[in-house]
Amino acid sequence: MNFDISEEQELLQDTIRQFMANECPTTHLREVFESETGFDATLWKGMAELGLVGLHLDDEYGGAGLEIIDLALVAESLGYGGAPGPFLGHVLAGLAIQLAGSDAQKQTWLPSLATGDAIGTVALGEVGGGWQPEEWTLAAGSTLSGVKLNVPYASIAEVIVVGVEGGGLVLVEKGASGVEIQPIEGVDRARRIDAVTFESTPCEALPEGAAQSGRVRDAALVLLAADAFGSGSRLVDMSVAYAKTREQFGVTIEHFQAVKHQLANMAVELEPSRGLFWYAAHAFDHVQDESQRAAALAKAHISDRVMQIARDSVEAHGGIGFTWECDVQLWFKRSMFNRAFLGTPSVHRERAAQMGGW
Amino acid sequence: MDLSYGKEYEEFREEVRDFLGANWPPGGDKDRYPTKEETCQFRDDATAKGYLRRSIPKQYGGSEQPPDEIRGAILREEFTRARAPMDPPGIGTMMLVPTLLDRGEAWQKEKFVPPTTRGDINWCQGYSEPGSGSDLASLKTRGELVGDEWVINGQKIWTSGATNADYMFCLVRTEPDAPKHAGISYLLIDMNQEGMDVRPLKQMTGGSDFNEVFLTDVRTPKDWIVGKRGEGWLVSRTTLKHERNSIGAAAQSSAMFQGILHLAKSTSSGGRPNIEDPSIRQRLAEIEGYVRAHEYSGYRQMTRNARNEDPGIIQMMNKLNSTNISHMVSKLALDLLGDDGLLDPTSTSRAGYRPSDNRSWITQYMYSLGIAVAGGTANIQRNVIGERGLGLPRDSAANRSA
Ligand SMILES: Cc1cc2nc3c(=O)[nH]c(=O)nc-3n(C[C@H](O)[C@H](O)[C@H](O)COP(=O)(O)OP(=O)(O)OC[C@H]3O[C@@H](n4cnc5c(N)ncnc54)[C@H](O)[C@@H]3O)c2cc1C
Repeated sequence: MNFDISEEQELLQDTIRQFMANECPTTHLREVFESETGFDATLWKGMAELGLVGLHLDDEYGGAGLEIIDLALVAESLGYGGAPGPFLGHVLAGLAIQLAGSDAQKQTWLPSLATGDAIGTVALGEVGGGWQPEEWTLAAGSTLSGVKLNVPYASIAEVIVVGVEGGGLVLVEKGASGVEIQPIEGVDRARRIDAVTFESTPCEALPEGAAQSGRVRDAALVLLAADAFGSGSRLVDMSVAYAKTREQFGVTIEHFQAVKHQLANMAVELEPSRGLFWYAAHAFDHVQDESQRAAALAKAHISDRVMQIARDSVEAHGGIGFTWECDVQLWFKRSMFNRAFLGTPSVHRERAAQMGGW
Repeated sequence: MDLSYGKEYEEFREEVRDFLGANWPPGGDKDRYPTKEETCQFRDDATAKGYLRRSIPKQYGGSEQPPDEIRGAILREEFTRARAPMDPPGIGTMMLVPTLLDRGEAWQKEKFVPPTTRGDINWCQGYSEPGSGSDLASLKTRGELVGDEWVINGQKIWTSGATNADYMFCLVRTEPDAPKHAGISYLLIDMNQEGMDVRPLKQMTGGSDFNEVFLTDVRTPKDWIVGKRGEGWLVSRTTLKHERNSIGAAAQSSAMFQGILHLAKSTSSGGRPNIEDPSIRQRLAEIEGYVRAHEYSGYRQMTRNARNEDPGIIQMMNKLNSTNISHMVSKLALDLLGDDGLLDPTSTSRAGYRPSDNRSWITQYMYSLGIAVAGGTANIQRNVIGERGLGLPRDSAANRSA
C-alpha cells in the first residue's frame, strides 16, 4: 500500500511551480488574461519544452509514456500557477487520438502534439449542456454538420477532436471547409472558448471513438478536478498571506479568531479532497471498473468545494477582494470554469448515483 | 501510487481470514450471541496469533508486534467483515493504556494494562470540570499529598461511563503556586471509595452516559501518579492524541455513509423510495465526496506514518472532518425519516405509531452534536488547524491566560 506520489512526481510539480513563478507571475498572467487571444506562444513553448503537453503520449510518438496521474499532477500545478492557454483541450485531443485513433492517425498527429508544435483541442459541449457522449447529436459521415460549444482555443488548433452522434469521435483539420469559429466571451479569460459551426465539413472518424470517448471524458474530469485542487491551494495560500499583512485595529487581521477559523475551514474543505483526484487519476490506469465513477465524484466534489473557497477568499480580502485588480478574481474565474466545464457538480453527482446502482 | 497491499500482505489477509473462519462466531453458530467467556477466549486466541493487542508488550498480555499500519488496517477490515470483536471498546483501551505504556512505571503497567486490555476493568476520564472545558488547564480540583496518599477534593463533569468505572484517570491541581499548565498531575483513582459521589446527568438524547463526579477527601496512593508531579498536562497530551486519532478514524465515516445509504434505500416518502428522489441522490453523492476524501486522506496518513514521515496538516483535520460528515449524515437522516422524526427515540410505547426500526437515527441526530463537542470542540480544532497547520498566531486571550 502506497497512497502517495513518488519523489519524481514531487520533483515534476516543483519544477512546474518554479517555471510558473518565473515565466508567468501574476502580472504576466494578467496580461494574457486581458489580451485579445488569451494565448501566449512563449509560455506554451516553455511548457512544451518541459515536456508537459505530451507527457501522456507514447514514447514512440515523442511523448513520455506516463499516466493520467502524472498529467493530473501537472494540471494541479498549472491550476496553482493559474496557467493560461490551451493545455486542457490539447492534452485531451492527444489522449483521444492515442486511445481511439488508427496507426496512421497517430502517426500524423501525435508527434507534433507531443512537442506542442501543433495545438489540438476537443469539441465536446453542445447547446443545452450536452457534454456527455450519449448526449452528442452531430451526425458525421465523411462530412460533419452542426454546432459545438465551449471548445477551448478552437481558433488556434491545428486539429479538433469532435464528439458526434453515438458517442463517436472525429477529426477535423484546421482550414477544413465549412468551419466557422466564433469566440465566446468566457468568464475565465485564461482559458478561452469558442463556438464552432461545421457545415458539410470533411472529417475523419477515429475508429475506436465510440468505445473510447467515455474514457476521454473521464480523463477530462480528472484534469478539471486536479486543476481545481491546485486553484484551491492557491486561493488558501493567498488568503493566509493576506491575513498576515493586512492590518486593522492595530494588528494584522490574522490575529482575529473569526479570520483564523474562516481560513481553517477553507483548508479543511480543500485538503482532504486531494486524495479524491489522486485516486480517480490512479483508477483511470489501474482500476478501470471504478474509474468512471471516481472521476465523476472527484470533479463534482472538488470543483464545488473550490468554488466556495474562492468566494470565501474574496470575503477574506475585504474590499480589495472585490476588485478586478486583486488576483483572487483570476482564480475565482478559473474555479467557475472548472466547475461548469463538462457539466456542473449536480450532473456528475447524478451520474455517480446511477453508476452506484442507487 | 500502489493501492494493492502487496503479496506478503495478501498472504497475511488469507491467514487472518482462515483464523476468523475457524474461530468466529464461536462454534460456527451464527444464531446466538457469544458468551462473555467465549469472547474473552477469542480475544486471547487472536492475541496469541498476533492479531490483537499489537502495540502491547508480551509481558503485559499483548502480542508485541512491530508497528505495521497496513497489517493493522487489514485486521480492521477482516475483523469488521467477520463481525468479530477487536479490543474491548472504551476509554481505558483507547486512551489510558497507550498513555501508561508511554509514560507509566513498570509496576503500573503490570497492574493496569492486562486487565484493562482484557476488558476486566473499566475506566473513566476525569478531565473536564464545570469551569474548565476547552480551557482545561484552568482546572481546580485539588490534590494534596498527606503522608503516603493524595487527598483529592473537587468536581469533575461530563465524565462518561463513571457509573460503571472501576478507576478514573484524572487531572488534578497539585502545585497551586506553579503556572497554570505546570501545576497539574495525572492521578489514577479507585472509584469504589467513600467520597466519590457519581451523579448521572440526563443527556438530551434521554440517556445518561455522562455524569457529574464530586470528589470529597478521595484518596489514592502516592505512587498512583503517571509522570512526575506537575507533568500531568504533558502526560494528558499523549492521551488526547490517541483520542483524536480514534474519533477521527475515516473508517467510521465510511460506515456511517453505508448506514445512511441503506436508510435512503429502505425508506420512502409519498410512495416513492427516497433513493429515487433526485434531491436525496444529490445529497448522498455530495456526502460521499466528503467520505471518500476522508478515506483517501486516511490512506495518505497511513502511508506517511508507515514511512515515519510527517503527514502534515491533514492529520489535524481528522476530528473536524468526522464531525462535519456526521452533521451532514444526521441532517439527511432526519429528512429520510419523515414522520418518524416526530418520535421519541427512548420511548418503547407503541401507542398510535407503528414502531419505527429507525429510531436509532434520531438518537444519532443528537449524538452527532456530542461528537462535535467531546474531546475538543470544533472551534478548538479550527484553532489547532489555523495555528499549527496554517501558521497563524495563537489566540491573544489564550496567550494571556497561559
Ligand atoms: C458526549 C460527551 C462526552 C464527554 N465525555 C467526557 C469525559 O468522559 N471526560 C471528560 O473529562 N470530559 C468529557 N466531555 C467534556 C468535553 O471534553 C467538553 O465538553 C469539551 O472539552 C468542551 O468543554 P465545555 O463543555 O466546557 O465547553 P466550553 O469550553 O465552555 O465551550 C463552549 C463554546 O465556546 C467555544 N470556545 C471555547 N473556547 C474557545 C476558544 N478558545 N476559541 C473559540 N471558541 C471557543 C467552544 O467551541 C464551544 O462552542 C464530554 C462531552 C460530551 C459532549
